[in-house]
Amino acid sequence: MKNWNFRLKAGVAILALFLILGMIFPFFYTGNPIEWGTYPKNLKPSADHWFGTTNLGQDTFWLLAKSLQNSFVIGLLVAFFATVIGALLGLIAGFKGGFIDRLITLMTDSFIVIPSLPILILLGTMLKGRASLLYIAVVLIVFNWPWPARQLRAMALSLRERDFINTAVFSGSGTFKIIVKEIFPFVAGWSLANFVNTILVAIGSESGLAVIGMSSNEKATLGTMIYWANQHQAMLAGRWWWIGSPVIAIALIFIALFLTMTGYQQYSALRRGK
Amino acid sequence: MDFYKFLLSRILTFILVVFIGITAVFFVPRFLPSDPVEAMIGQMTSKSAFLDPKAVETLRETLNESFGLQGSVLSQYLGFFKRVLLTQDFGPSLANYPAPVNELIGRALPWTMGLLLTSTVISWLIGNAIGLLAGFRKEKPYSKALEAISIALYPIPYYIFALVLIMLFSYIFPVFPLTATFQGAGFTWEHIRSLIINSTLPALSMILVGTGWWVISMKTISSGIAEEDYVHFARLKGVKERKIMSRYVLPNAALPQVTMLALQLGAIFNGALVTEILFGYPGVGTLIYNSILQADYNLIMGTITLSIIAVAGATFVVDFLYPFLDPRVRYK
Repeated sequence: MKNWNFRLKAGVAILALFLILGMIFPFFYTGNPIEWGTYPKNLKPSADHWFGTTNLGQDTFWLLAKSLQNSFVIGLLVAFFATVIGALLGLIAGFKGGFIDRLITLMTDSFIVIPSLPILILLGTMLKGRASLLYIAVVLIVFNWPWPARQLRAMALSLRERDFINTAVFSGSGTFKIIVKEIFPFVAGWSLANFVNTILVAIGSESGLAVIGMSSNEKATLGTMIYWANQHQAMLAGRWWWIGSPVIAIALIFIALFLTMTGYQQYSALRRGK
Repeated sequence: MDFYKFLLSRILTFILVVFIGITAVFFVPRFLPSDPVEAMIGQMTSKSAFLDPKAVETLRETLNESFGLQGSVLSQYLGFFKRVLLTQDFGPSLANYPAPVNELIGRALPWTMGLLLTSTVISWLIGNAIGLLAGFRKEKPYSKALEAISIALYPIPYYIFALVLIMLFSYIFPVFPLTATFQGAGFTWEHIRSLIINSTLPALSMILVGTGWWVISMKTISSGIAEEDYVHFARLKGVKERKIMSRYVLPNAALPQVTMLALQLGAIFNGALVTEILFGYPGVGTLIYNSILQADYNLIMGTITLSIIAVAGATFVVDFLYPFLDPRVRYK
């Protein structure tokens, strides 16, 4: 913690706040925050309802907590699998070279040119807004692994030429062992930054999809909260607490993730003595 | 000789990448539960009181044929490639029958191009100018303030900006309309005025986000270059600060930014999907969205193929032009 720069501190602090709100608070709420008509409609923020209630009679605060939970779960799932799959494929491509390299590179380039949002909308219409969150997460993983794969392939290409790798090869280590033991320490920093960035991309894509009604409309996520608020003209009716809370939450989380990512890059650059 | 080998391998990759991308997109809509032909026949039979079952059968066959929906998925796939490669024709739109897909895209394209080209170029210019200044004089308080603002703006998704702008300027201060309605046509003042009024908010939402990214990246690059030895030397030699910035730092810092601009311009054909939908703007994004909602296979394939070719094409052009822009890079 001692050498943490301002960005890293600020980013992690805001993130921690939202993580507590999203991951711990929902367990203290006994009812189902999505259920309609639990409370009187359209109450302004007060001591009983911190963020007021929605037009559907939900408590906005608890709805937000539940939405944060779901959005974070999607973000973390996608970021973890996309980074791991991308990193492994990229490193294998960079190290093995030859035909395997060409095949993986071709797959990476092809997936990068496919516009992901139209495909997501397409898959969304197939399920008519009833897609499960897991399904959306899987599709997002499919579209997000190529970026780390491409970057780590480039890193592997330059690392391959280093002496210590040759030493490892000649002392009889297998490719997989070399990747895990010798290479991973070098690419861990970048992969962590990519992990954080992918959380941002995943939450952003799901919300973008949800805003136009193509995600899991019956599940609470930050995006579907905006969708329902829009559907019920929260802006027009001046119910700013309903539309405002998910919008502000997304904005703050994104700034926090970005600060964490760039702050961590600065931090690890400092540790390498640059 | 190396150059031709490089060119050939890049062209081959380009073709393969476009081919794989289109193939993947071709098979996805075939799994949609809604059948456009049945939907159309349903619409016709509900309008007219009675249709002979035999006539319905022939109608179904004719429609299937003209939409290229005959036979197995595989033969449809081969037929699609044959038609598109030979005639560059994506067939008629299924939802707006008999308007051809090419015409629909041609009508939407100028809207999207106008909106995205303007907002991308404006944000590139503003963002890089601010980024250069902030990177060159990074100890100044205004540099730090500008960077802080950019960091706060950049990570926010553009549709969130769109919503905030709609809140501010359509409800609280009703300056701009909520959804786009265009008056007049051609080069009349009325038409141009309604164009500007209706495009301001969507453009603004994208300029705000775009600018943030360019400021952040340009600042990182130029602050690194400002510490290079040759910049120190120029300063010791007595070159004016303004000239150091424009002649010593800018050309080197601008290079990666030009590359990124080219890649972004390639993505223009994607449209700014969510922004266009939120503002009711009649561009390619709205077209893609509607085509998906109506299970309009031909239109989906047409718009997405265009987008895939544009993105892959931009990458290809960048790879190819880079050695011309930067003499330090060689083809390999």
